[in-house]
Parts: sequence; C-alpha cells; structure tokens
Amino acid sequence: MAHAATAGRVPERGLDVYTQKVGMWVFLCSEVMFFAGLIGSYVVLRFGAADTWAVPNEVLNVPITAFNTFLLICSSVTMVKAFAAAQAGDQRGIKVYLLGTTLLGATFLGVQVYEYVELVLHQSWQGSHGFTPAAGLYGATFFTMTGFHGFHVLLGVICLAWATIRAWRGHWGADNTHGIEVLGLYWHFVDLVWIILFTIVYLI
Amino acid sequence: MATIVAEATGQAILHEEHEQSFLRKYIFSTDHKVIAIQFLIYTLFFLMIGGLLAMLMRYQIAWPARGELPLGGIFPESMVASGYILPEFYNALVTMHGSVMVFLAIMPMLVGVWANYLIPLQLGTHDMAFPRLNMLSFWAMVPAGILTLASFFVVGGAAGAGWTLYAPLSARPDLTGVGLGQILWLVALVFIGLSSILGSVNYITTTINMRAPGMTWMRMPLTIWSLFITAILALLAMPVLSAAGIMLIFDQTIGTSFFLPEGGGQPLLWQHLFWFFGHPEVYILILPAMGFTSEILSVGSRKPVFGYKAMVLALVSIAFLGFIVWGHHMFQSGMNPMLGLTFTVSTLFIAVPSAIKTFNWMGTMWRGNLQLHSAMLFAIGFVAMFAIGGLSGVFMASTPVDIYIHDTYFIVAHIHYVLFGGSLFALFGAIYFWYPKMFGRMMNETMGKIHFWLTFVFFNLVFFPMHGVGMVGMMRRIYDSTGYAHLQGIEDTNAIITWAAFGLFASGFLFAFNFFWSLKKGRKAGANPWNATTLEWQTPSPPKHGNWEEVPVVYHGPHEYSHPDVEDKDWLAQNERPDVVSPAAGSH
Ligand code: HEM
Ligand SMILES: [Cu+2]
Repeated sequence: MAHAATAGRVPERGLDVYTQKVGMWVFLCSEVMFFAGLIGSYVVLRFGAADTWAVPNEVLNVPITAFNTFLLICSSVTMVKAFAAAQAGDQRGIKVYLLGTTLLGATFLGVQVYEYVELVLHQSWQGSHGFTPAAGLYGATFFTMTGFHGFHVLLGVICLAWATIRAWRGHWGADNTHGIEVLGLYWHFVDLVWIILFTIVYLI
Repeated sequence: MATIVAEATGQAILHEEHEQSFLRKYIFSTDHKVIAIQFLIYTLFFLMIGGLLAMLMRYQIAWPARGELPLGGIFPESMVASGYILPEFYNALVTMHGSVMVFLAIMPMLVGVWANYLIPLQLGTHDMAFPRLNMLSFWAMVPAGILTLASFFVVGGAAGAGWTLYAPLSARPDLTGVGLGQILWLVALVFIGLSSILGSVNYITTTINMRAPGMTWMRMPLTIWSLFITAILALLAMPVLSAAGIMLIFDQTIGTSFFLPEGGGQPLLWQHLFWFFGHPEVYILILPAMGFTSEILSVGSRKPVFGYKAMVLALVSIAFLGFIVWGHHMFQSGMNPMLGLTFTVSTLFIAVPSAIKTFNWMGTMWRGNLQLHSAMLFAIGFVAMFAIGGLSGVFMASTPVDIYIHDTYFIVAHIHYVLFGGSLFALFGAIYFWYPKMFGRMMNETMGKIHFWLTFVFFNLVFFPMHGVGMVGMMRRIYDSTGYAHLQGIEDTNAIITWAAFGLFASGFLFAFNFFWSLKKGRKAGANPWNATTLEWQTPSPPKHGNWEEVPVVYHGPHEYSHPDVEDKDWLAQNERPDVVSPAAGSH
C-alpha cells in the first residue's frame, strides 16, 4: 500500500483545530437549534396570545434572578481563568478556578430550584394558588425554557465537578488543556443562552 | 456532551484494543464497523415490523367487511375484535407504520448503517472521531425501539394521530383514545433525536477533520458528500423536532397547552415546527440514497460520475433550500396565501438540483459499460422511481393543484415513490454492493436479481395505481372507503393493490434469506470484487479492527474508471501512487 509522502502536493487534512473542539462546535450548532425551537415557539405564542402577557415583575422574582445571572456571568469568567491557568501550567489556578466555576454553577442551580419552589408553592396566578407549568402559556413557556436551560447547567456542573476532581489528581496541565477548553465552550454557550432567556423572559 | 469532553481529556481511543471480551467486541463495541452492523440488523428488523403493519392496513382497505384476521391472541380485544381491525387500531397502524418506517427503519438504515460503515473507510481513518459517542448513538436507539413496540400493548394502544403528530389530535387523549401510547412514542422520538444528533456530531467532525492525507474535499466520494450534508441536516433539524416533541409531551402530561387552542396555544405552531424539521427530514431520507446511487452507477458503468462538481453543488443547494420549503405541507392549513406562494416558488426551485442529479445519473450511465448486477439494478431502479416521485412532487408544490390532492392517496403515492422506490431501492443496492466488504462474501446474484424484479414489479403495482385512487378522491388514512359515493368503483383497484402489496412484502423474505444464507454460503469476496476505486476496497474484506495498518494517502479523485492513461485495467484506486501507474494519471 502506498504510504510515501504525496508527490509534491500538500495533503489536505482537516482544520487546524483539534477534533474534540470541532466536535463541540458542531454539537453546539445543534444546541442552538434546540433552543431556537423553544425560543421561537415562545415568540410565536407570546405575540399570538389573545390577552396581554403577564408582566414579569408581578409573577417572577426578577432581583434574585438578576443576582443569579450575575453568578453565571462570573462563572464564565472563572472558566476562562481556569483555561488560562491550564495553559500556563498553574496547578493551583486550575484547581481554584475549576472549583469556583463548579460552585458558581451549583449555586445558580440552587437558586433556580428555590425560585421554582417559591413559584409553585407561594406565588399566585390569576387568582389561584401556585404558579406552575400548567399556568397558561406564560407558565408553560417559562418553565420549559428555564427548565431546559437548568438541565444544561446541571450537565455542565456534573462535568465541571468531574474536571475539578481530576484537577486535584493533577490531570490537567500545559500539555493537557483540551478538556478544559472544550468544557469551557459548552459552559460559555450555556451562559449565553441564559443571557438571552433572562432578557426575553424576565425583562421584556 | 460529557462524552465529547471525556474523549477530549486525552484518553485517546487506542486501536490496539486486542483481546477484547465478547461483550466489548460485539455488543458494546466502539468499532464503527460493528456499530454499523448492529444498526443494520436493528433496522432490517424494524423494516419487517413496519411492513407487517402495512400488510394489516392493506387488508383492511381491501376487505373492510371481511374480518377473519387471526390476530385475537396477539392484540387486545379493544384493537382487534372477532377478526376485525377496529378503527382505533387502524389509526395506530397508519401512524406507527409511518413512524417506524421513517424513524426506525429507513433513516437509521441510511445514516446509522452507512455513515458509520463508510465514512471512516472511504475517508481513510482508523475509526470515527468519537467512537464512544458512536456507540451511544446506537444504544439510544434501543430504548426507542422497545418503547415503540411496547406502545402497542398498553391501554389505548399505540399512537394514532398520524406520523405527523398533528395537534390537537396528538395532544389530547380524549380525541383519539390514545394516552400512554402516544407518550411512549414521543419519548421514543426524543431518544431517536438524541441518537441522530450524537451520530451527526460524529460524522461531521470525522469528515471535517480526519480525512486521510490527500483526501481533499473534491476527492471525497459522493457517498461521503451526501452523508456529510445529511448529517448537517439532521444536526440542525432533529433538535427542533425534539423541542417540539417535548412540548407535546408536556401538553399530554403536565397540563401545558402549547398546541391546544382552549389553553391559548396554537395547533398551527406544531405544524410549523414539525415541517421545519419534516422537510429537511425527507432530504435526510433521500440524500444518502442519492450518494449510494451515484457511487454504484459509476462503478457499474465503469465511468466517472458525470458532473461530479454539479452533483456536490446540487447536494449543497438541496440542503439549503430544504430548510425554506416546509410550508408546502401546509397549503391547506389556513396559513396566509401569500406565504403559500413563496413556499410554492421555493419548492419549485428545489426540483432544479433534483433534476440536475437525475440527468447526471443518466449521463453517468450513457454509453457506459453497464454491469447489470443486483446492486446496479437497484441503483437504476432508484433513478427511475425517484424521477416519478420527484415529478409528482412538482405537481403538489403548486398550491392550486395541491388543494385538490392534499391528503389523498396521491400523496401516499408520492411519498412511496421517493421513499420506497427511492430510498429503499438505493438501500437494497447499497446492501448488495457493500455486503462483500462487510462480511467478506458476495450475496447470491440470482436471488438478488429475482428480488429486484419482484420488488420492482410489485412496487409499481402497489403504488402507481395510488395516483389514480388519489385523484378520484380517496382520502389517506381512511379506515373504510366503501361507504362514500365518490369512491364507488375503486374496490377492485384496492384489492389488486393489496395483493401486490402482499407480494412485495413476501419478496422481502427472499432478500432476508439471501442475506443470511450468504453469510455462510456466499461466494468468497476478495478485497475488491467490483474493481472499485474508493478506499474501502483497498483494504481486506472485512477490514480489520482499525481498518488500516497504515493510513492510506490519496492521490486521485473518487471515480476514476476507464481512465485513458491507465493501461492494464479500467480503474485507478484513489491511493494508487501516480509514479507507479503513470505520470499523467494523477494530474487532475
Ligand atoms: C422534487 C422534489 C420534491 C418535491 C417538489 C416535493 C413536494 C412535496 C409536497 C408539495 C408535499 C406536500 C403534499 C401535501 O401534503 O399535500 C410533499 C409531501 C411529502 N413528500 Fe415530497 N417532494 C419532493 C421530494 C421528496 C422526497 C425526496 C421525499 C423523501 C424521500 C419526499 C417525501 C415526502 C413525504 C413523506 C411527504 C408526505 C408528508 C405527509 O405525511 O404529509 N418528497 N412533497
Ligand atoms: Cu416537503
């Protein structure tokens, strides 16, 4: 079988990007379409709704979610720092920032669970007690979109926790940054989706 | 996602996994070839299930008053009572026939089997980019299959709102009498979406990043091009279906009303979401078939594919246009007529690249040295049948015509000309063609040819008359058409169709017999029984774990047949060294 170098021609072999990163980009394209499906439906339903849409502030606790949004943005920053630390081979930095990102993500989830519990148990909706997914289109879209986002955060936190454990075992380093970078891509994506959701669900 | 990360952590997949246990080798294998064969067995099984459902439907259509079906013991009394298929069961039959065929048979057979098998082999890599993800994409299909089968035996029976799952029928159990069955199918659909997305990530990444040295984009076999484009379509369309399906599950289970007008929701939103997925889906179901056909026709005509670049461009433009034509399924839905017009125009546009491909296939065969083996017969059959289906598509694309034939058997004729005459013919061709590579033995040619002719004749007997029955006005999915004044006189046609359908189903068993018989008794195939040029034929049949001792280097385009500069043979393998063959041959 022929295996010598090509006669004078440069062999083409993919992008200059490692495979896992390409894979994550490709995967995120599909995630974009998933959220586009949910958000698109929200837009159609909201603008097609006969009666006026509820004012977010009356039902949802915007300040606490604004704080939660802040947490998630911070976690993106620590994620960037974790990657930078990995590139620099700074073992302590890797541990601290990965742990920080994990904790921030977990706190976000905790706050979201708290928010859900409060809404379901204590908020009232159109005269009846409890704001649930069955509370009109408003409740349905709210819980579906934020719920699926939360599910993505959960997956991210699990991966982050696992990456953190590996950090303690000295797994990452200047010669082994790919996992952190790829996880970071996912994490930033989840963050970005949240900023969009926060804007359209809580603010406008 | 976790798996991508896992594989990114440097635990590179080693190919020297020698001495694997039985479980790792055949069941939880990460070898793309084993996964492809798992998919093949899975999909052939569901092809048979889908076929059985169709036989029951045809029985009911031809002899609605006869009864006499010995199915009492199998299905509950609420489905089949004293030999009669009850209307609810008929709904389940139409729905699950379509759903099983599209999602559990044809789609995973086109993509799950052949993308897995061919992408690494034809691109010259050891395996997929993410072998574990690949394994997961097969195993996600297993719960989907189990849920689907189970749904027939739960209270209320299997889903009955049509494969298109139109709300509110699909969202309110009280309308169809189906509760759990519908939910089970929707959950299965989410698994299928997951499988298909994971698979697509793999196929796309592998194609982008792992081609063998010298395998430039324009040297990729058309099969790879079509599977690559298909994977992009699946990657972008499946998640929308998953999102929509999940909302539908919520409507069924937790009291939301996304698609229920009484709660403020919009049934039309379902249609938009479904068809936004649905039309790309039909191209998912045909593009790989077009790829196999191009390949088989070229090998079987001993000629390069006519207009390789045009073929690639046509694929790309079909993929792009495929995303903006979904409204042609909704002309009757009450959407804005202006919108209907734009969808008509965009749909007519999509016929152009389809026609380009058809003419190029004919150009490929033109004055070729045709080798009419079974694979080739099916490929030629594909071209003919796809032309008929594509042409009926053009009729339906124009709103005024479609208003008349929408939801009639004309549509049923169309979808079967493209999906059976198209996709499945090409799949049979692909199996005859690549079987020797997969199993190291040839399938029996005599049986193959008989299988082709039986299939071809019965297929046309079944589906061509449906155009006519549809024009007369026979509604699709109708339980009993004998009571309508305007449908008097088509009973005989329907009976003939049913007899032919039984024949068509029966000829499938000849194929199945050939398939299993040849595993043991087939003639031994060498590495390259068809004298083909692409890389998979330049490695032993079946290829070993890891495919290549050393990754091949590619010097030539994919379909170099009857090359004028090559003297002793009429083909030039992609990895043949130019200096070994002749200096001029490589300069393309
Ligand atoms: C030249 C290309 C094509 C054109 C112009 C075309 C056009 C159309 C139109 C306008 C409809 C809607 C008819 C109605 O419901 O009233 C339709 C339905 C359909 N087409 Fe095509 N089509 C083409 C190719 C294909 C291909 C390649 C496939 C699949 C392999 C396909 C599969 C289907 C299916 C499954 C339906 C029925 C969907 C349902 O259940 O309602 N078509 N086509
Ligand atoms: Cu369509």
